[in-house]
Amino acid sequence: MARALLRRFRAAPWGVGLVLLAPLVIAACSGDPYPQSTLHPTSDTGRAIDALYRQIFWWAVAVFVVVQTALIVTIIRFRNRPGAAEAKQIHGNTAVEIAWTLAPAAILVAIAIPTIKTIFQVAGDAPSGAVQIEVIGHQWWWEYRYPELGVVTANELHLPQGRPVALAISSADVIHSFWAPKLSGKRDAMPGRITRLVFTPDSVGTYLGQCAEFCGPSHANMRLRVMVDTPQAFDAWVAHQTAAPVAVDSAQAMILAGEAAFKKIRDPANHSCIVCHTMAGVSGGVAGPNLSHVGSRTTIASGLLPNDSAGVARWLRDPVAEKPGSLMPKIDLTDDEIAALVAYLQSRN
Amino acid sequence: MATTAMPHSETAVPTAPAGLWSWVTTTDHKRIGILYGVTAFFFFLVGGLEALVIRLQLGAPGNTLVSAEFYNQLFTMHGTTMVFLAIMPLSAAFFNFIIPLQIGARDVAFPRLNAFSYWVFLLGGLFMNASFFVGPLLGSDALSVAPNGGWFGYANLTSTQYSPGPNIDFWVLGLQILGIASLAAGFNFITTIINLRAPGMKLMRMPVFTWMSFVTQFLIVTAFPVITIGLVFLMFDRVFGTNFYRVSAGGDVLLWQHLFWLFGHPEVYILILPAMGIVSEVLPTFSRKPLFGYAVVVYSGVLIGVVGWGVWAHHMFSTGLGPIADSVFSASTMLIAVPTGVKIFNWIATMWGGRITFAAPMLFAIGFISLFVIGGLSGVMHSSPPADLQQTDTYFVVAHFHYVLFGGAIFGLFAGMYYWWPKIFGHTLREGLGKLHFWLMFIGMNLTFFPMHFSGLLGMPRRIYTYGPELGVDTFNLISTVGALLTGVALLVFLANVIASRRGAAPGANPWNAPTLEWATDSPPPVYNFSVIPTVHAANPLWGKDRMDPAVLPATPPAPIHVPGGSIWPLCTALGIIIMAIGAVMHHHVALSLGTALFGAAVTVVGIYKWAFEPFEV
Repeated sequence: MARALLRRFRAAPWGVGLVLLAPLVIAACSGDPYPQSTLHPTSDTGRAIDALYRQIFWWAVAVFVVVQTALIVTIIRFRNRPGAAEAKQIHGNTAVEIAWTLAPAAILVAIAIPTIKTIFQVAGDAPSGAVQIEVIGHQWWWEYRYPELGVVTANELHLPQGRPVALAISSADVIHSFWAPKLSGKRDAMPGRITRLVFTPDSVGTYLGQCAEFCGPSHANMRLRVMVDTPQAFDAWVAHQTAAPVAVDSAQAMILAGEAAFKKIRDPANHSCIVCHTMAGVSGGVAGPNLSHVGSRTTIASGLLPNDSAGVARWLRDPVAEKPGSLMPKIDLTDDEIAALVAYLQSRN
Repeated sequence: MATTAMPHSETAVPTAPAGLWSWVTTTDHKRIGILYGVTAFFFFLVGGLEALVIRLQLGAPGNTLVSAEFYNQLFTMHGTTMVFLAIMPLSAAFFNFIIPLQIGARDVAFPRLNAFSYWVFLLGGLFMNASFFVGPLLGSDALSVAPNGGWFGYANLTSTQYSPGPNIDFWVLGLQILGIASLAAGFNFITTIINLRAPGMKLMRMPVFTWMSFVTQFLIVTAFPVITIGLVFLMFDRVFGTNFYRVSAGGDVLLWQHLFWLFGHPEVYILILPAMGIVSEVLPTFSRKPLFGYAVVVYSGVLIGVVGWGVWAHHMFSTGLGPIADSVFSASTMLIAVPTGVKIFNWIATMWGGRITFAAPMLFAIGFISLFVIGGLSGVMHSSPPADLQQTDTYFVVAHFHYVLFGGAIFGLFAGMYYWWPKIFGHTLREGLGKLHFWLMFIGMNLTFFPMHFSGLLGMPRRIYTYGPELGVDTFNLISTVGALLTGVALLVFLANVIASRRGAAPGANPWNAPTLEWATDSPPPVYNFSVIPTVHAANPLWGKDRMDPAVLPATPPAPIHVPGGSIWPLCTALGIIIMAIGAVMHHHVALSLGTALFGAAVTVVGIYKWAFEPFEV
């Protein structure tokens, strides 16, 4: 019985040890089964953090193996056996104790040096020519403003590949945290303060992220996407976002009806689209996302729903059911109004 | 055995009174310890149930078992309950029962204050949990007004603007009440340990459990005032419209974070140091060898307590404190790993060369070391700010602190339960069921929390009620849920053990042949603890060449013994405090609120007055 127990005890921590290696196995996989992983960096900052983490990780593995081995060897070797001699009453050993005080201290120094290097490396000021972007957290969506480029958009952040970006992060209400793990560590978005993140994305692609600081009922639904474009594609995107809105196609009754529904003043007032949303040439509300080019986004509702007819209709039908606590209320819209609004919003690209 | 007892011994030997009233009015540290233990274990099961619902909700992506709002209440109350209503008071159960026995005292320094601490804790815990049910009384739905801002309650989400309901009020008031209980107990135990040690029990002869508890009490009495200030600010913001955390009026949301973590990190050591003390008692007993490097283990504990004050901002790396502050707090956090590592090596060295028997307390103590090492190593990982920017507020951190607090504190506390059960209740828990309990919990706990390292590193944030399948963390979450259910089964085995063992044979004074003073007296100890106060000659009074002769403790006390009498006034005083809190929670109805609070204040004043002038009973 005791032997079986010991065998099990021996097996358990080793099993744990093997599992500990799994992140590296995962890291070695290609493809994108983990679009929000911290182990697949695609920026200079991300790579610096990842390299540091891997270094610390191997120190931890070494200490784990040494300590758990010492523990297991001890309890097996010195288990009570019939006829065993009385244990020698040892109270301590100064030399040994000094040694195992210094050993962890030395390992920690070995971790602290690259840590402090990396702290200063990732905290550096943005180089000149960096793309300046204001990131503003709202319950529960993200606003992005490019003051030098005149772009205002929501939830989907576009960045140019190979150019440094400087994010100035704040909040319109409670504390949020901007986190796109493949590009950088997280940075809190706080009301009344501006925090910064600087990095240079190095690979074209779409990366997932989400709010990482608890911010109320729909914290889980405050997701985001970062699209890293080629410099040409980024310039084209900027040009498109800053272009005057496309004229409403008066030949399409649906879109016209949608525009009317959008402009309609409803009771109570916050049931009217234009009170909360900016639509270039139509309205200037700021409580909700800017919708001037909403049709050009791939998702809506901070990444919860695809930006297609079904997705938009589902959102308009009952935003609170999709995003509990949503400031956009459930509005009494007829099916016709919803269909018209869908057509109108999709035409606003 | 002396049959020719002195004339007064028949009448002068105090015996424990019986009946419910004797428990309500008790000031006996042993009974208060049992009350603490039973109550804290009940809250531990409540917090565990909340954890199970959380795990069931997260078992699959997009699950809709509970609503977003209720989920937020669940994780808030799970954290708050486990920290303040389960682990801390479970430790307090051992402080109460064991410390006076270990130092050779008849009771704590202030027995009625001790009773007061317990009643405030019980009523405060019930007050906070009542929030689950009283929604309809406050014009809301059931299951809608429990605290929902997280156990860390970050400003300004907790302001009336973003949390208008009574949820946060329950939390703010509940924590202030629990703080009163902890502070009163903290001062009580500091006084007890300093003043009531038996002759010869020098500080460096104190058992390590008492030592670690001693350090813990200093952390309690210094850390709780800090959070109390933070909570008072918050209460004033919410009830009286002050602006401590209101950004639009010049307040600062980071003020709360500094106050909270300045309390919150010492709190981590408040949770773990008593368990480290327990493990330091169990390992020598079952290795038949004294603790290796007693002085170093003690100094390490003191050092952890001191340095624990200088690391709080490592909870705030993502707020962007700047590279200098990040570097300093990173270094201080790494520094604290040194005394922690030293303790672990000393524990292993204690077993080295011993004759180890794997009784249930020993299994939990060894499990503690193994699991705490894992939590400690992940702790070192996020002491590095750049790495922490990826790990903080993810499931990686959830894995980390559950290895420390479940694998550490809870395993240590279970080691203590199995170890001291015969002393406390006069029968031993069954060994077979104990081993089954250990293995189920060891496997269940690893199955639950190890996969969280991966879900966290793969990008799963904390405190989310739902997640999408695209993250690729479904399997890890499912394994965690299965592990949580297994851990639940392990706890059922423990409860079955408690019931199955209750008519066990009397274990004698020292069933484990342990070295410390509590094992010199009967199991359970008589109401006066020791028939005569023993004189201590060594750190392990019952071991070694100078060991105490059992005959120095006669079966009946040779002289009259004073033990504190019962008192109802601590409970009365505590009730008044709860009534004030009930008044404050209704602050939207000014007259009703004020009336109730004033009535509560009157009850408290009467309680204190009667308490102060209570006749001195023998």
